[in-house]
Amino acid sequence: MKILVTVKRVIDYNVKIRLKADASGVETANVKMSMNPFDEIAVEEAVRLKEKGVARETLAVTFGPSQAQETLRTAMAMGIDRALYVPVDTETQSLGVAHALKKIIDREKPDLVIMGKQAIDNDSSQTGPILAAQLGWPQGTFASKLDIKDGKAYVTREIDGGLETLALTLPAVITTDLRLNTPRYASLPNIMKAKKKPIEVLTPDELGVDFTPTLQILKVAPPPPRKGGIKVPDVATLIDRLTNEAKIKLS
Amino acid sequence: MPVYKAPLEEIRFILTEVIGARELAALPGYEDATPETVDTILDAAAQLCEEVLFPLNQSGDEEGCHFVDNKVRTPEGFVEAYHTFREGGWMGLSCDPAFGGQGLPLLLNCVIDELVCSANMSFGLYPGLTHGAYNAIAKHGSEALKQTYLPKLVAGTWTGTMCLTEAHCGTDLGLLRTKAEPQTDGSYALSGTKIFISAGEHDLSENIIHLVLARLPDAPSGIKGISLFVVPKFLPDTGVRNAVVCGGIEHKMGIKASATCTMNFDGATGWLVGKPHKGMSAMFTMMNEARLMVGLQGLGLAEVATQNAVAYARERLQMRALTGVKCPDKPADPLIVHPDIRRTLLTMKALVEGCRALALEVAKKLDIEAKHPDENTRAEAADFVALMIPVVKAFLTDTGFDVTNMAMQIYGGHGYIRDNGVEQYARDARITQIYEGTNGIQALDLVGRKMAEDYGRLLRRFFHPVAAFLEAEKENPALAEFLPLFISAFTKLQTASLTVAARGLANPDEAGAAATDYLRLFAFIAVGFMWLRMAKAAAEKLPCGGDRTGFYDAKLKTARFYFARLMPQVNALNLAILSGAKNIMDFPAEGF
Ligand SMILES: Cc1cc2nc3c(=O)[nH]c(=O)nc-3n(C[C@H](O)[C@H](O)[C@H](O)COP(=O)(O)OP(=O)(O)OC[C@H]3O[C@@H](n4cnc5c(N)ncnc54)[C@H](O)[C@@H]3O)c2cc1C
Repeated sequence: MKILVTVKRVIDYNVKIRLKADASGVETANVKMSMNPFDEIAVEEAVRLKEKGVARETLAVTFGPSQAQETLRTAMAMGIDRALYVPVDTETQSLGVAHALKKIIDREKPDLVIMGKQAIDNDSSQTGPILAAQLGWPQGTFASKLDIKDGKAYVTREIDGGLETLALTLPAVITTDLRLNTPRYASLPNIMKAKKKPIEVLTPDELGVDFTPTLQILKVAPPPPRKGGIKVPDVATLIDRLTNEAKIKLS
Repeated sequence: MPVYKAPLEEIRFILTEVIGARELAALPGYEDATPETVDTILDAAAQLCEEVLFPLNQSGDEEGCHFVDNKVRTPEGFVEAYHTFREGGWMGLSCDPAFGGQGLPLLLNCVIDELVCSANMSFGLYPGLTHGAYNAIAKHGSEALKQTYLPKLVAGTWTGTMCLTEAHCGTDLGLLRTKAEPQTDGSYALSGTKIFISAGEHDLSENIIHLVLARLPDAPSGIKGISLFVVPKFLPDTGVRNAVVCGGIEHKMGIKASATCTMNFDGATGWLVGKPHKGMSAMFTMMNEARLMVGLQGLGLAEVATQNAVAYARERLQMRALTGVKCPDKPADPLIVHPDIRRTLLTMKALVEGCRALALEVAKKLDIEAKHPDENTRAEAADFVALMIPVVKAFLTDTGFDVTNMAMQIYGGHGYIRDNGVEQYARDARITQIYEGTNGIQALDLVGRKMAEDYGRLLRRFFHPVAAFLEAEKENPALAEFLPLFISAFTKLQTASLTVAARGLANPDEAGAAATDYLRLFAFIAVGFMWLRMAKAAAEKLPCGGDRTGFYDAKLKTARFYFARLMPQVNALNLAILSGAKNIMDFPAEGF
């Protein structure tokens, strides 16, 4: 079986983000970047499947500025076999990425695609579902457990009512949730080996995909600061203020 | 609960903008050490230290090591953490690729050592001593010994120790008594008792490889009759348990998760490393690296203590600022508004950053000494390293204790109680001033050996580049405010060096009486020189608008503090040095 995972370079989850002065977006200059944490989980899952002998080959793909190749190296340092990089200078949006992934998948013919359920930069949670729809493949989103048996992927998902398990016929698209696994630490020898592995490059032209954003960002603003709390003398006042000021219906 | 984030921005600044670490990638064997690779490795090491080692620091201190039936159990979580460390291949970072290492620069190893010691110094001792054992065998062992031991030590499946100290001898190893009797098969039988042996017994590795100093039957007395042996806990061929047993572990002030063991050798099988009676000279070739590592332990503790002190000073509300209320919405202002608190924090910051720059500069020279194709360049680097090692060992560990102590002061009573975790840093730091040659012995090494060598050749390896820098930068407006302060101190150091050397020749007690103050004086100038270079680098970046986070501005302000507030200590030290030995030695031993 061949597994394709997608990885995205995002602002490190530890960094407290700052907005650009002109409200056009988030400041990324001089900010620590790293692999989207959900993608790390996707990488870990693919590597584990390879180690268990379920997968024969693993491939990681990314889209973005040239530094995004470092993210591919991280994936290889964790144990991914091959890496494919598509240089994109503009912002990458779900639709363009899904289009491009479809082209890559037509070429690479993986049996399983594992993606993060969302990228922590814009939290869209769309790329996986769009891709599955375009491929006409089954999808298992927000996976917290994955078993591959008899040509099927059994995906356990955390839903409001508890756990749900889907049986997907392969090939399929799976997106990862936090509890799927705990990603390993990249080992030093693997970091060094990953540095020497080639990264294949495919330009948007070669793919025949247009990455021009289809969504336009009007403004990025911080959430309004929280106002300080107040103390009310008694329950009656509390109910009064909740109904009349906060406009909460208390039935 | 204490916090720790690896100071990668600081480290990258020193590596790329101050000491030019990228030059190392041009040295044969270091081609892989490109800035990008170094960056990736630092990120990975930081994550390991922050997420795996740091969370075990306080619990390891609380629990300590357990001694049951001649076995040592390390605190909860240490075995798993060691496995993660070992499986990550970190043990082999700077080791020879021929034995499974990555062959990366020692400089990088030093950077990571600091991170490990900030996160968990007790833990760091186990791989640290393993590295020492690796060095001993790699530098002095026969081919057969190398093939047997090095791959396992590099992989970390076996760990190492250094067995020097005995009950009656620590500093004066010439007194040591452990015996080694030659056997018919070419091995030796070792008998004697070593004390204070770090990592002598534990549950982290499959085998423990002791590097032991002992005497052969025909050995001359004193320091010239000592040989070095390798004594494994389990014999490599047969797996037979060797006659070396841990007799107990010490109860001690700090580094409680590091087992400090009494080791009894009862005819234990060992093999000679290097030549008979040349054990001490073998130790000397490893000493530079080992002492630098101990300096970095002090630095690592100072760094983590500073991070926590700053965080506490921002949070803790106590009293109002002298100049009027700063936080009207709060019941009091945070500690950091108070000048004395800020002075303390700046002292910590200026010492930590300056010491780090100095240590990494020395580490880079260690790499040049090891790898540079040009013999002269290698020799010059070796001189510089030899000169600076006692300074780095003593000053960084003194600073380690001073700064951790200052951190406790910032916390007030909350620093003295255990829960907040700061007093542990001071307790852990204290040993670094004592082992690997006490700081008093470092000072003697500097004035007695290093200063005297070849009429000051080593001193010139430092003085000349400083003079050249001062000449080149004399018109640099960014340094104008610092140069007069530096030059005045530097001149004092030069004069004091001549005076101590001349007086020491006539009367060795003069050198001995000046030693500690002289080392400190030297250190303030060595660190000051790094501050000049950091200020220069920061000033070059400031006008290009490249200072979004205020990093370079902070550097310049810290430099200003160093030169104005810390450097003046050289005046007092200088006067003390020049006052001579008489005011000490006139006081009779019975007069105390
Ligand atoms: C926690 C811990 C871990 C250790 N780990 C190891 C280890 O792994 N392996 C190992 O072999 N040893 C180890 N040691 C031992 C350590 O290296 C020694 O304690 C140290 O070298 C000092 O020796 P000493 O304790 O015998 O002190 P002494 O040598 O008795 O010195 C006492 C004092 O006298 C001073 N002094 C001695 N001679 C002179 C002189 N000529 N001029 C001026 N002052 C002098 C010293 O500086 C010191 O202040 C460890 C010790 C501890 C506490």
